[in-house]
Amino acid sequence: MTELTSKTIAELRDGFRSGAFTAREIAESFNAAVAAAKTLNAYTVETPEDALAAAEAADSGKSTGSLAGIPLGIKDLFATRGVDTTAGSRILKDFRPPYESTVTANLRQAGAGMLGKLNMDEFAMGSSNETSAYGPVISPWRRKGSNVGLTPGGSSGGSAAAVAAGIAPGVTGTDTGGSIRQPAAFTGICGIKPTYGRCSRWGVVAFASSLDQAGPMAKTVRDCAILLEAMAGFDPKDSTSLDLPVPQWEANVSSDLKGKRVGIPKEYRIDGVPAEINALWDRGIEWLKDAGATPVEISLPHTKYALPTYYIIAPAEASSNLARYDGVRYGLRVTGDDGLNGMYSATRAEGFGAEVKRRIMIGTYVLSAGFYDAYFTKAQKVRALIKQDFRNAFAHCDVIVTPTAPSAAFGIGETTDPLAMYLNDVFAVPASLAGLPAMSVPGGLDGQGLPLGLHLIGNELDEQMVLNAGLAIEERAGFIARPEKWW
Amino acid sequence: MSVSTDQVRHIAKLARIAMSDEEIERLAPELNNILGWVEQLGEVNTDGVEPLTAVIDQKLRLRDDVVTEGDIRDEILANAPEAQHGFFAVPKVIE
Repeated sequence: MTELTSKTIAELRDGFRSGAFTAREIAESFNAAVAAAKTLNAYTVETPEDALAAAEAADSGKSTGSLAGIPLGIKDLFATRGVDTTAGSRILKDFRPPYESTVTANLRQAGAGMLGKLNMDEFAMGSSNETSAYGPVISPWRRKGSNVGLTPGGSSGGSAAAVAAGIAPGVTGTDTGGSIRQPAAFTGICGIKPTYGRCSRWGVVAFASSLDQAGPMAKTVRDCAILLEAMAGFDPKDSTSLDLPVPQWEANVSSDLKGKRVGIPKEYRIDGVPAEINALWDRGIEWLKDAGATPVEISLPHTKYALPTYYIIAPAEASSNLARYDGVRYGLRVTGDDGLNGMYSATRAEGFGAEVKRRIMIGTYVLSAGFYDAYFTKAQKVRALIKQDFRNAFAHCDVIVTPTAPSAAFGIGETTDPLAMYLNDVFAVPASLAGLPAMSVPGGLDGQGLPLGLHLIGNELDEQMVLNAGLAIEERAGFIARPEKWW
Repeated sequence: MSVSTDQVRHIAKLARIAMSDEEIERLAPELNNILGWVEQLGEVNTDGVEPLTAVIDQKLRLRDDVVTEGDIRDEILANAPEAQHGFFAVPKVIE
């Protein structure tokens, strides 16, 4: 039954419905594949019994939702009732939430089972999955003729690796500044971050609340549409949840782009990006033209300020959100030598890793008395200008195409400078700051045999346009490469 | 602007993260590197620009001020590192 693990979610769903195979057969295939792939370190917890229980419900006709019979991997940032939820951090060691996140509850309501929790950068802070307390995820991809371990990207690195390796047909990810799209690009899969507010943040461990958004990652554009439909929806428990009906993205997905204009932002031609990536970008534009769209040059003048803006706002929000980890109510407690304050400081010193501490320190500084206006208020003003750039651009185009990341996957341990690591998200962050839907779709392989992604940014609430352009690229790129199994 | 090791020590105190002198020494140049880089925002003219507060325009909702979920004390305390008599327990704070 191993071939079931190479099928798309649409194929598994349709095959289950037509009786070609049972939900139990699907769950058992994936459970076995997960158990045999421990070398990748993609899962932090395996829950084969959960996947089997959902399969039983599907086979017996008790569950009939859109995802009946489909087992999924869940990023460890989502609270799952009774199952360890640690956000990849020592400070949440052994935390078992007494509640379920809205997104995973929606997926369960649709009939999905859970294969396990997926490894990630600690508190979703990282672009390589190297900051996880569980250790790095190893990408199933390798450079041609090399055994060097590569990162799957981050922060949704376990999620990306799981789909690429066929140990989950689809997964949840979260994206604060590229954490769905960059790992999707590094591993040759699709991933979409919807408009801010489409997916409830309730029960998703908070990093930077004005940016955090959940989204799906899967093999194909259609699979992303299927999953996003099940994940999204209004939730009164999230104050920024959008009170709008969920569109029928899957039924309406179409690669016919006649009459559509594709924006090419000139500011995204930056120095130091490999020629192969710019060449793929040009091919992507040709593919969209072939699908009927007209390319137009657009300008997003504040692009170069997006990353520094992000690295004020995200750490500021993180320093506030992570204040809750104090050793009192859940997670790790380390008793210090100075009463209550000593306990707080000792717990946080031992519980947080280096990158999380760095960001809490930056955030605390930019929010501190005397510096707040110079850093935080200034960044929120530049953020308003970045948002306005996109508003102006979407007066002239329907969707924007760019590369997803400025490089292919790099080796584990190869990038040690924090600033160099931050540059991974140079193309992804502007859409995050503007709350826009954006997707990565595989475009091809580079000279070393590693996947490269194309990035589509849509206007507010126009996930459909992003998916449609993604489908047009997917059909023309003909990307079918999968990593050769070595694990 | 650059931060001194004393400022880094002060920030660590505000953030409630215990740090050794070696850690402070190591972190100061890293933070300065990042802060020096974000200071390029100073180039951007933001005169008359309102700081962004909501990335997608929407009305803030109000809800009735009623308990929607309760009687789950023991479930909540189940994750506490230390709980006593139905409360979270912390080191003594009153001498």
